[in-house]
Amino acid sequence: MTRERRIVGPFNRVEGDLEVRLDIEDERIAAASISASLYRGFEAMLPGRPSEDALTIVPRICGICSVSQSIAAAAALRNLAGAAATRNGLLAECLVGACENLADHLTHFYLFFMPDFARPAYAGRPWYDEAAARFRAVEGTAARDVLPARAAFMHLMGLMAGKWPHTLSLRPGGSARPLAAGDVLQLVGLVRDFRRFLEQHLFGDRLEAVTGLAGLDDLARWRRAGGGDLRRFLAIADDLGLDRAGRAGDRFLSYGAYAGPDGRLWPAGVWRDGRVAGLDVEAVSEDVSHAWLEGGTLPPLLGRTVPDPDKPGAYTWCKAPRYRGEVVETGALARQMVAGQPLVRALVAERGGSVTARVLARLLELAAVVPVMEDWARAIEPGAPWCDALALPDDGEAVGLAEAARGSLGHWLVVRQGRIARYQVVAPTTWNFSPRDGAGTPGALEQALAGLAVPGGDLTPVQHVVRSFDPCMACTVH
Amino acid sequence: MAEPLNLLWLQSGGCGGCTLSLLNAEQPNLVDRLADAGIRLLWHPSLSEASGDEALAVLAACAEGRERLDILCLEGSPMTGPHGSGRFHILAGTGRPMIHWLRELAGRARHVVAVGSCAAWGGINAVGGNPGGATGLQYDGETPGGLLGRDFRAGAGLPVINVAGCPIHPGWLLDTLLGIGLGRFGMDQLDAYRRPRLYTDHLVHHGCPRNEYYEFKASAGKASDQGCLMENLGCKGTQAHADCNMRLWNGSGSCLRGGYACIRCTEPGFEAPGHAFEQTPKLAGIPVGLPVDMPRAWFVALAALSKSATPKRVRDNAVSDHIVVPPASKAGAK
Repeated sequence: MTRERRIVGPFNRVEGDLEVRLDIEDERIAAASISASLYRGFEAMLPGRPSEDALTIVPRICGICSVSQSIAAAAALRNLAGAAATRNGLLAECLVGACENLADHLTHFYLFFMPDFARPAYAGRPWYDEAAARFRAVEGTAARDVLPARAAFMHLMGLMAGKWPHTLSLRPGGSARPLAAGDVLQLVGLVRDFRRFLEQHLFGDRLEAVTGLAGLDDLARWRRAGGGDLRRFLAIADDLGLDRAGRAGDRFLSYGAYAGPDGRLWPAGVWRDGRVAGLDVEAVSEDVSHAWLEGGTLPPLLGRTVPDPDKPGAYTWCKAPRYRGEVVETGALARQMVAGQPLVRALVAERGGSVTARVLARLLELAAVVPVMEDWARAIEPGAPWCDALALPDDGEAVGLAEAARGSLGHWLVVRQGRIARYQVVAPTTWNFSPRDGAGTPGALEQALAGLAVPGGDLTPVQHVVRSFDPCMACTVH
Repeated sequence: MAEPLNLLWLQSGGCGGCTLSLLNAEQPNLVDRLADAGIRLLWHPSLSEASGDEALAVLAACAEGRERLDILCLEGSPMTGPHGSGRFHILAGTGRPMIHWLRELAGRARHVVAVGSCAAWGGINAVGGNPGGATGLQYDGETPGGLLGRDFRAGAGLPVINVAGCPIHPGWLLDTLLGIGLGRFGMDQLDAYRRPRLYTDHLVHHGCPRNEYYEFKASAGKASDQGCLMENLGCKGTQAHADCNMRLWNGSGSCLRGGYACIRCTEPGFEAPGHAFEQTPKLAGIPVGLPVDMPRAWFVALAALSKSATPKRVRDNAVSDHIVVPPASKAGAK
């Protein structure tokens, strides 16, 4: 038996700095440890600031999930006030949130994930020459198609949120940016333009044809004819067996996404043992046994973040969030499992969670949300109120939940005498890239890497599994 | 054809938002703009194929002088904590604090560019007593020094170029890089805080669509109102150096166009205003922070005069979230 320890870092195209440590036995990963290597200390910065300052400071945790941070902070303050946002304000929150999430899905697929298939290790595979020309980092033809389309879609941010990242338009009472009737027409136009891009380049079909695929037979039939980058990905994934790579525990968490005026587009819940249970926010706790942090396991409302850089046995700045003490995975795959998306459910029923399932779930969300954005835009009433001025109480506790592109994001807030007394953030990648807990149970990515074959010691498969989670390391530790 | 300029991009204590903003570049897009500036990307953490050992080989070649390093860009703050050790950011795969890498690589670079307010001054990381020990490359807040020291000069003779902002506008950096690429970027292109004057010779106020409300001191009372945000809602657009309302963001946007105050994010110390970000501190009813270059007495006199002369249209629209009184049209003017 051969054994070796390999360290991969800086593990790039993950949004932030990441180190992956692997114990390899006989060309197979025996164990993985995931280390988030940057600590900034946002949870230590916020106490003492006026509670509404969270709206300015918290989005700056993350440049890629900035709007999701805004939405969670606004929700926490809204819940603190025990009040509601305006109808137009909720539509704005859905549209601006969807713009960020969908742009993130696009950025992840084209700029972060697919370039690994252009690696020389794959030269000689039947799909290699085409994939390398299309997806090679920076130089591939895809970047020149995607960057202008993404930037044009982001005009939604200029129109509805001032700028991206780091808007201040989304607020507890609604949106600070009212749209006039003419603005709504611009909005409809730019969403349709994005639809055209997706249909031409990514799907090679109508969005509705993609969202209408009800199972694996439908998908197999659909793949037989037509072009587009999704079909290209699926062909590569089949050849490399990515539908059997990267399975974690198959327990999935979603806080529920796009809370519009008439309810959520996708529900909150937890998938476990083949069924969905309702979400119990009180069941969330954070263990710090393997993080360079002081203390023990606490619910976020009582959470502490105090560095202990010399702590024995610790290997990351990331806490280990657990749901009823268990590891859960979050992200587009989890959202769609909880929501009952038929194709995603079928894929996971057959093979479990995988690289293929995570990527496909993300692309299906692109196809599903753009038509709903068109509906949200049409539901806007320009003359109706956009933002209520909410009176924030001087004392209280509240939780704000959101779904970022890469999964469930929660803010836990305690306010005393009008000032923030505690602010704890549990971000999507905190869940997915968590270290071991006090019981020694590895986090979701650590589980997904264990058992992965790395023939000849080539770590390219590791690149696919890690990036399939669409990690954001800036959020992870914050 | 001139030799390409080798650019190495590193990230430390930050959110990655300046890179994400950079992807918003349009006409031409980011890839073509870098090509136009004659830039060859040695490595960028979000964009390059090279990962792990492949990336470390690039860093080592630059640090040892085997690869020419024309431009070093840092996004995010150098993290000096805890206790000056730099262990709050060990560059993954190296076991070595990022601040050591930065000192070494800056010493090899012909130009050093701080991308965003975190890299320039410490930025948002310095909120609440700066728990991570964040600093800028050549400033710590408003104080010259920072990681590299006040006397640092890059190989081509310039100090660190501070493309400050939270985040940056893609044009601020890409125009700076194009200027370097064309050999048209010298000390005369930098302002007092060594920011490129191509965007800091203006104030955020310039081109603000709320200008008529400002002129008449017709102020918004709450978020979503259309009036001026200076009197009540914390706007510092008349004090912040940047061309946000001329260059525009994501097509047609800016903070003011998005309905919220300018927090002067291009200025050192913006993160600690000494008051709630979105409330204007006042003394005897007059905002404490006055427009740049404006004597207080003149401001008070003009404000009183213009308030007394405010048209009804402006006064009513200022406290509404939509136009309740459109500008008058003369009947029969067609």
